[in-house]
Amino acid sequence: MKFAVVVFPGSNSDHDAYYAAEHVLGQQAEFIWHKDHSLKGADVVILPGGFAHGDYLRTGAIARFSPIMAEVQKFAASGGPVLGICNGFQVLLEAGMLPGAMLRNRSVKFVCQHVLIKVEQTDTPFTNACRVGQVLRIPIAHGEGNYYADPDVVAQLEKNRQIVFRYTNAQGVPTGEANPNGSVANVAGLCNETRNVVGLMPHPERACELAIGSADGLVVFESAVKAVSQGAFAAVQ
Amino acid sequence: MRARVFVTLKPSVFDPQGKTVTDALHTLGYAAVKDVRQGKYFELEIDSTCPDDARALAEEAAGKLLSNPVIESFRVELVDGVVA
Repeated sequence: MKFAVVVFPGSNSDHDAYYAAEHVLGQQAEFIWHKDHSLKGADVVILPGGFAHGDYLRTGAIARFSPIMAEVQKFAASGGPVLGICNGFQVLLEAGMLPGAMLRNRSVKFVCQHVLIKVEQTDTPFTNACRVGQVLRIPIAHGEGNYYADPDVVAQLEKNRQIVFRYTNAQGVPTGEANPNGSVANVAGLCNETRNVVGLMPHPERACELAIGSADGLVVFESAVKAVSQGAFAAVQ
Repeated sequence: MRARVFVTLKPSVFDPQGKTVTDALHTLGYAAVKDVRQGKYFELEIDSTCPDDARALAEEAAGKLLSNPVIESFRVELVDGVVA
């Protein structure tokens, strides 16, 4: 199966995502430039981390209008699995593919550290190889990961089980101390209503080998392989 | 024509940067400053002589790109005359 990794000017986790898919998982991966008009037959699309267009205006605000995003929207609308990591999550929010928006971290500091996140939903193409309640140790690296949505939107997210990952302690409890950026409801990651589009601030692609401190992120990519091999969440192309 | 676009966080949205600026002003002794809300300001030079067209364009641009309606609101002012 094939992963497409979209490259925006300013992406910096594109190679990490490519490496995880191609070299750790042994799947096919291909970089897609943001000005391309084709996803080149990919089964899964990754919008990687970084600082697309320098984060000017707002994070993801300019990237969402890149030509490739029209293709990503079509791919997602037809059921294809899309994963937005960090800046990729911010692009999905700006594009309206996921609800809500990002604010500057509550501490007003760029936070770069390993955090614990709990997998709350396993019926998405990026968590279906996880156990419900599994706590993953994965790094974050962002200045604007303070997730915000109006209270009625948050209530809707809870009702629809769209909060996929939450910042928690080691016991899986979403405490204030475990929340690194002030996100409402300790949200670390979300899915859309049809569950094929997932965004998260932590970087699973930077936690795929024990040699770099954690291999807990690998399950996110293994989930995508499982979803595609089972024919679940396939784009109609 | 020139349009000025002011983008501000909605009142319900916490502004971590504004809070930091408020704290800094208090440190400097400006205790009378009760709150600061940080926003963005844009000047658009628009190739149009029709105020209605210019305003419509500026409002469309502000809604589509310059602001994020989830967390921000905007206000447009038209300025006549030459660029200062």
